[in-house]
Amino acid sequence: MSIQITLDGRPVSTQAGANLVDVAAEHGVYIPTLCYLKGKPCLGTCRICSVSVNGRIAAACTVSVSDGMIVAVDEPALADMRKALIEMLFIEGNHNCPSCEKSGRCDLQAVGYDVGMLVPRFPYRFTPHQREVGAERIWLERDRCIFCQRCVDYIHDQHSGQKIFTIKGRGSNARIEIDKTLADQMSAEQVREAAELCPVGCIIEKGVGFNRPIGERKFEIKSVRQRALEDDV
Amino acid sequence: MNKKVLSIVKRYQADKTRLLDMLWEIQRQYDYIPHGAILTLADELNLSVNDIRETSSFYHFFHMRPAGKHRFYLSNTVIARMNGYQQVLMALEQATGATLGSMDVSGTFGVYDTACIGLSDQEPAMLIDDVVFTRLTVDKVQWIIAQLQQGYSAAEIANPQQLPTHSIAYVDQLVETHICQAGPVFFQQETDYHRLLQQCLTHDPDAVIKTVLNARLQGLGGAGFSTGEKWRLCRETASQTKYVIGNADEGEPGTYKDRALLIRSPKEVFLGMIIAAWAIGAAQGILYLRAEYIYLKQFLETELQQLREAGLLGRHILGREDFSFDIRIQMGAGAYICGDESALLESCEGKRGTPRVKPPFPAQQGYLGMPTTVNNVETLAAVTRLMEKGAAWYAGLGFATSAGSRLVSVSGDCARPGIYEVEWGLTLNQLLEQVGAVEPWAIQVSGPSGECVAVELSGERRFGYDDLVCNGSLMIFNRSRDLLDIVHQFMQFFVTESCGICTPCRVGNVELRQKIERIIAGKGCQQDLDDLLSWGEIIRRTSRCGLGATSPNPILTTLAQFNQLYQAKLIASQGTLLPSFDVKAALQGHEQARIKVMQIESEPSKEVVK
Repeated sequence: MSIQITLDGRPVSTQAGANLVDVAAEHGVYIPTLCYLKGKPCLGTCRICSVSVNGRIAAACTVSVSDGMIVAVDEPALADMRKALIEMLFIEGNHNCPSCEKSGRCDLQAVGYDVGMLVPRFPYRFTPHQREVGAERIWLERDRCIFCQRCVDYIHDQHSGQKIFTIKGRGSNARIEIDKTLADQMSAEQVREAAELCPVGCIIEKGVGFNRPIGERKFEIKSVRQRALEDDV
Repeated sequence: MNKKVLSIVKRYQADKTRLLDMLWEIQRQYDYIPHGAILTLADELNLSVNDIRETSSFYHFFHMRPAGKHRFYLSNTVIARMNGYQQVLMALEQATGATLGSMDVSGTFGVYDTACIGLSDQEPAMLIDDVVFTRLTVDKVQWIIAQLQQGYSAAEIANPQQLPTHSIAYVDQLVETHICQAGPVFFQQETDYHRLLQQCLTHDPDAVIKTVLNARLQGLGGAGFSTGEKWRLCRETASQTKYVIGNADEGEPGTYKDRALLIRSPKEVFLGMIIAAWAIGAAQGILYLRAEYIYLKQFLETELQQLREAGLLGRHILGREDFSFDIRIQMGAGAYICGDESALLESCEGKRGTPRVKPPFPAQQGYLGMPTTVNNVETLAAVTRLMEKGAAWYAGLGFATSAGSRLVSVSGDCARPGIYEVEWGLTLNQLLEQVGAVEPWAIQVSGPSGECVAVELSGERRFGYDDLVCNGSLMIFNRSRDLLDIVHQFMQFFVTESCGICTPCRVGNVELRQKIERIIAGKGCQQDLDDLLSWGEIIRRTSRCGLGATSPNPILTTLAQFNQLYQAKLIASQGTLLPSFDVKAALQGHEQARIKVMQIESEPSKEVVK
């Protein structure tokens, strides 16, 4: 069903029930995302896609558009809110882009650049995290996990359907875990899929580090914003 | 071990949605959840080992390592701290040899902190091995431990007369139930359940929903959503299978009114569930009982059995072939967030209690993906009463925007802590007078997630959805209390209880807590207060569920009404550095290295020995 919504003051025609992140992108309005992946079940964890919907703040990835909806994205207060959430992720983990294998193809780094983040308003925590290197082909660099839950929800053992990645503990004590036995049974494609699903450099495929030179990487060629607007994720 | 675990799994028919029950049974068997048991569970339930840990590690009461044969969980609420928590804790540590958060060397005793256990009218209180001890003193603690050392079980100490554990006498022996003001809605003992249900069932479900709508009943768990509307949505969602869930995960610090209802009016609560089942078309119900109320379980099971025997519950209720409905009790395992209805559903399914993304709402896709109505214990009891007295009667109570009444659990600086039924419209001052408040200064309305108000400024505000909303918790503080310390404890509570699934709540609450610590330490400046306001606002507005949406409230509401407390703590910035920045500490590493270099340089060079 064709409906109309108001997007940053502009009337926009779209289909009822479509995801707000996609609708906005189709109409030239970029909403940054980290956990959201088009076509996959919504996770709603990172909240960096927070926008105003009918006057209330909502994570755009959790919103299905309906007729008459009034959406605001490009307002300074909203942009600052999203920036604050991205900053929170930067200070919670230890993100040292220059030494990270994911630099240039890291969603967190890319959205950080996009929102113009310089120095976070929150103090860096420098919490030490133990890395997990026990699996044969995957290593977990926990310093960089942002708890988006993509790997937890989207990657399962192909035979048993069991979870390979899980979260242990809760709140600020939560940490990502990998089932080493199941991980060692993953196909080469699935290992690659997991590494690519990870929006940061937490899930790293062993043995293929720096396979593409810095300067020629995904977001270095085309920005995260451009990619989203061109549906070239 | 394997055999025992296998028999537990078998008892639950290897149903992974019952994982919490299985984990509880394993822990009762071994005093913790051994790795070997998890391996067996994983095998039998077709879950990865880490998947089971994902659930077990989420809940406060599950231990993955030996945690002591007798596990003490001392409630650490602000009310307990006003009543001798610190002395009791010291006595506990001394007598057991265990330090807080661990067990003694022999592995006999484990001493742990726990959030509010619903006994704010009789703190300090603690749980030990499924029973509870209240009004703790140093002597009482020493006596309990001496008894345990002599080989008595906690159950024997708490229940010396060996009253049957399903009896009300047993429950009354463990905890006091102070109902100070009851009626017109709650704790009225005259209901003829048989007649009432018969009468309800003569109306078709839509008519029942209409009655609830007309009564203008709003959910009494805290969110205040229209109960009739919830039921209507659930009824309208097409499905063969639907569920009714009673939310007895009363976790808001300071509340204990659901405990009082479960003890004094359990049948009103269950009847409310039966009426809901009729209204939405459900055949199965669950009462989600918080682990802290485990000592009520057998009593409640007996109440359910009585209803079954009276034909009010079970197959073909009151002889109607078109209506069968039964209720089981699901135990929680220690997580405040499970009071959120969608987190509660996840927990009922044997998973971590993380709130779901909404929509879909539980009324559309709830327990096991089926339409489900989740109602608070108090709401359910109100349903029973309003069906008895009629919608007009209920709607006539209270005032325009807020119909009916609600129960308030009163604690803190007052002469008569207990349960008070408050008709919407009563002012705060009126209630404070009723409860015998002693020089009240600051009132925490609705627990940490609610608001802290100054009696001076807000005493004439009235309880109601358009003014002083109350979820059932009311803590009274006089001027001798350290309000900033209380704010800090509330922030610590939210940090501990955040599920961690969304960024603002997981990360932001830690930042807020640190800021409060800085201010209390006398190292804060005006910028810190400005940050508290703006960061609090970001967390409040962007969080995924009600926990994050309310967690900055202790700060935001005290900043509004007790600003002078914060101002008095501030110091002025000198120069360009923040007062919290310790230059000496920051340069210490460099200084040490410099000294070391100087020492090395001053030593005569040594020859390399071959």
